[in-house]
Amino acid sequence: MKRPLKVLIAKPGLDGHDRGAKVIANALRDAGMEVVYTGLHQTPEMIIEAAVQEDVDLVSVSVLSGAHMTLIPRIRELMNTSGLADVKLIAGGIIPDHDAAELKRLPGVAGIFGPGTSTKDVVTFIEGLFPGR
Amino acid sequence: MAHLEELLAHFASGDARAASRLMSVVERGGQDAERVLDAVFPRTGRAHRIAVTGPGGAGKSTLINELTRAFRGAGKTVGVVAEDPSSPFSGGAVLGDRLRMTHAGGDSGVFVRSLASRGSESGLSPLAAELADVLDAFGRDVVLLESMGASQVETRIRFSADTVVVVLTPEAGDEVQSLKSGLLEVADIACVNKSDRGGAESLAGDLDAIMQMRQKDGWQPPVMMTSARDAGSVDTLTKALADHDRYLDAEGRRAARRREALRARLLARVQESVRSTVWQSPMLTQRFDAIFERVTAGALPPWRAARELAESLHIESRSSR
Repeated sequence: MKRPLKVLIAKPGLDGHDRGAKVIANALRDAGMEVVYTGLHQTPEMIIEAAVQEDVDLVSVSVLSGAHMTLIPRIRELMNTSGLADVKLIAGGIIPDHDAAELKRLPGVAGIFGPGTSTKDVVTFIEGLFPGR
Repeated sequence: MAHLEELLAHFASGDARAASRLMSVVERGGQDAERVLDAVFPRTGRAHRIAVTGPGGAGKSTLINELTRAFRGAGKTVGVVAEDPSSPFSGGAVLGDRLRMTHAGGDSGVFVRSLASRGSESGLSPLAAELADVLDAFGRDVVLLESMGASQVETRIRFSADTVVVVLTPEAGDEVQSLKSGLLEVADIACVNKSDRGGAESLAGDLDAIMQMRQKDGWQPPVMMTSARDAGSVDTLTKALADHDRYLDAEGRRAARRREALRARLLARVQESVRSTVWQSPMLTQRFDAIFERVTAGALPPWRAARELAESLHIESRSSR
């Protein structure tokens, strides 16, 4: 039996706004995915621990604080050293285009989504990462 | 499959990533799942399994977080299986129990796994018990199972755990009447959570009166008042859990209870495989469709149609012997 795609949605760092993360969580649920939402103020270590224990197919983080150039590479690096090298990472939030381009060059960072992205595009993008699922 | 053997070997040496992947294998079902469960089963039975159930919003996840803190403080390792409903429309789910389980972060002695119900109608699906088996075999001292928001008829939960905690809130006042027969009957411990709110004392009084009538086999289910704001209140719940654990240790009660639980799990699996075997027969589906037309036409009441179908199957199975 196939399991639906399982996605971890996490908010690393100090910003306290999770409206976007919740909107994405609902959109993925409506697309038939199982979404683990871990809430605000997570350290990269907590996010990795949740991803390991939940055995998710994809990690999705939302960063609005401006700390994305620190947090996202750190999360990716910890994933690689924690047995999650094969799990993809995507991110959303307030991420300027030139930063997004740089982040996307990191192996395993599959996509960066800025303000104005439609939830439909995110769903289509994620489904495209897992052909045949 | 060499990969599975490798995972099982890592699992045996305490690798959390391997445990997590094995749980996914179990979730996917099929032959690999059976192999994992075969390997895991002989190593189960060591953990104290505690089911936490009650209506949605009663504070089950928060209470489990507090219990986890208390068990960790006492040096015990903890596993949690938390179930949330799948959408019947999309099949998807938002699993939010982890949101409240802040104590899990950064402590390898805590392993939390979220599970979507995927069409199971009971508060804890059979899969939850199997994931609990994996955590038990992983060596967790305590395995906490969190049900979905449970209804009053949700009594099968007693087969998932050694101890069942039913959590209610002061707002549940009027519900208590309807819970009298049902959920409260399987409570080893009743808990009035959010006890800092108004009405908690009177609910606890009502519950006490009900529980007095539930004394059985030397155990009087206690009524606890808990609040996540009051660490002391959680300590009293932890103490009640330890009391029940000791109670189970005496006079072979734990073995008797587990025997009953295993019987229920076996029976459920047998029923499931009998059902799926029976429905694989094209003969039955044809007959079902035919007899359904007669029911729709008003020629037969459903119960008589069901009996006719069953009898024709019975005759078939006898003649094939």
